[in-house]
Amino acid sequence: MNLPRTLEAALVIGRRDFTATVASRTFLFFLLGPLFPILFGGLFGSLGANIASQAERATVVVLGSPADTARLTAARDQIAGAVDQQSLPRLRAVAPERDIPSQIAALLASPDRPVVAVLQTPFERPRLTGKVRRGDGLTRELALVIATAHTGGSLPELDVHSIAQSSGSTASARAMTAHAGQALLFLLTLLLAGMLLSQLIEEKSNKAIEVLAAAAPVDAIFLGKLFAMLCVSLVGILVWGICAAGAVLLLSHGNLSALPAPALGWPGFLLMALVYFCFGYLLIGGVFLGIGAQASTVREVQTLSMPITMSQLMVFALSSTAAADPGSPGGLAAAVFPLSSPYAMLARAAEDERWWPHLLAIGWQILWLTLILRLAAAVFRRSVLKSGPRRRWFGLGRAKAA
Amino acid sequence: MLQQARHSDTAVLAEDLVKEFGNKRAVNGVSLQVPTGSIYGILGPNGAGKTTTIRMLLGIIDPSSGRRTLLGRSAPLDAAREVGYLPEERGLYPAMTAREAIAFMGALRGLPLREGRRRAERMLTERGLVDWIKRPIRTLSKGMAQTVQLLGTLVHDPKLIVLDEPFSGLDAINQEKLEAQIRERADAGATILFSTHVIAHAERLCERIAIIAGGTVAFEGAVDEARGKLRPIVQLTTRTEAGPWQSAIPPGARRSGRGWTFELPEGGPEPLLKALIDGGAGIETLSIERPGLHDAFVAIAGESAVRDMDLGGAPE
Repeated sequence: MNLPRTLEAALVIGRRDFTATVASRTFLFFLLGPLFPILFGGLFGSLGANIASQAERATVVVLGSPADTARLTAARDQIAGAVDQQSLPRLRAVAPERDIPSQIAALLASPDRPVVAVLQTPFERPRLTGKVRRGDGLTRELALVIATAHTGGSLPELDVHSIAQSSGSTASARAMTAHAGQALLFLLTLLLAGMLLSQLIEEKSNKAIEVLAAAAPVDAIFLGKLFAMLCVSLVGILVWGICAAGAVLLLSHGNLSALPAPALGWPGFLLMALVYFCFGYLLIGGVFLGIGAQASTVREVQTLSMPITMSQLMVFALSSTAAADPGSPGGLAAAVFPLSSPYAMLARAAEDERWWPHLLAIGWQILWLTLILRLAAAVFRRSVLKSGPRRRWFGLGRAKAA
Repeated sequence: MLQQARHSDTAVLAEDLVKEFGNKRAVNGVSLQVPTGSIYGILGPNGAGKTTTIRMLLGIIDPSSGRRTLLGRSAPLDAAREVGYLPEERGLYPAMTAREAIAFMGALRGLPLREGRRRAERMLTERGLVDWIKRPIRTLSKGMAQTVQLLGTLVHDPKLIVLDEPFSGLDAINQEKLEAQIRERADAGATILFSTHVIAHAERLCERIAIIAGGTVAFEGAVDEARGKLRPIVQLTTRTEAGPWQSAIPPGARRSGRGWTFELPEGGPEPLLKALIDGGAGIETLSIERPGLHDAFVAIAGESAVRDMDLGGAPE
């Protein structure tokens, strides 16, 4: 069958897969899918952080005069306003009793209101009793609070001159964009390439694959399925993108200049994100389809998915080194290795203003995409219908009929 | 030029096709020739290699060795637009409507979707199935889904229609309807190639057959030719128990009281009749019947193959 007919058949198969997926009720859940981790992550994250802070922040009892206690509390609050207050101990004032040693022992042993240590004034000779050591974090923090309370000094007013950006803030913002872009690209690829496997299993289980294989070359089936899911993915990305843009506009009150701009600028970065998503998805999708053709049941798919997912995580870890330092040997390796190249290059798009590395990378990825698609289609063809000549790898040995 | 000349009268040609799966040889040197415009049956018990042969002929799987041409093309998929194929294991997308499923199968064979939908509606309406047009496949019964798949096989008016066990799963009425459809398509000039393990269907429909057993072709030719491999059967009842007429009965004849069953002797019916009358047999009844395809199948493929065959046309 010639190329136009192969492409025509791929279009027919792809159109069916696309329509069947997008027109199904489950597609709505697919679109809503990314909301759940964000929603639940935010909810449980803040809840968990709150619980953790409540549980872990140390409480120190202050035994002293009301005046000393008030000054200590004021100093503590002043410092907490300037630094991360989660790390500062909480202070609880308790009036001293006649038998101080017994009172301290009772306070440290009380299970109802647990305390880490008991601080005694005056400020000239403060004394700390508890499960603490000289020079540890708590001791140093209390020393700072006591010093501030003792001197009663307020923090100096700085004469601040603001500018929009500095090299430090730009690099930091771009690194953040690079990491966020990579993570998003990786999650999308993982999620959407996984859907390909499910599609293939459905096809094999309802026997439609034979109808397709009798009418069209296996290459057309392979390409049709791959590009159909790419289009499904792009629909999803379009919807999520619109929602995300809406959320960003809402949160920034329409002031988009507040967002940290990537090195290529937002239009260039988003264009590159789209291009690298397509490459990343097609490369991983091709591998998934080739491997997925070996499976005939959902259970087999799950078994096969695990090593693939773990390998993808390794690829992601490799490309993360590129985001941290694109010029390092690890960063260059991530940009060259075909499966991590899209992620690594997206990070570069956030951090590097030059365009030529992207043109080079796109050419490189097209080359690998062609190779991987050819190879995956051959594996798909041989295993999906248990057909095709069996050849030794790299042409070693004589071709053997299957 | 030679290929074109052969294509004009041969729709499907297989030469010494072999298919091995690992160490197992599923098809072992199948050769057959399906004349253009004929109804051709591949007959054989389950596991004989019928489906594997069909898959090789259509290019779904490649043969380990041997040659095949489909409508004159050595690459079968090059002829895909002129071929309709109903696989043994029916495959439809459950969420698709009947109309879309038929149109999709046509589109795979090059029929524009819009035209496919139009034809699908017409075909379903003609068969009184107008209510099914927009119903998803998953809501249809097995027989209904099978009808939809058959219509999808025919929607693009193929020149060659390949049906793998088409009667499987159909009730007697639908089997009759399908037989009528096959004849109708053949009358319109299409070539029909179908596999079956039901001898009665092949006997009623086919002009030519291939009998496959154990992965090899035991017979290939016209149905009459297969029957011709056996001599006509004589059923005789006499009024007398014994007499000189008995010398006319060939050795190996089966006797039951005064009834005899035997193959018609070489000389034909006239010398036999004369010997019986002259010998005073007192003929009560005498019939000479041509052997059926079943008898021919037994003679060609052997008793063991017959055990796996469905002799009647009853639903499975």
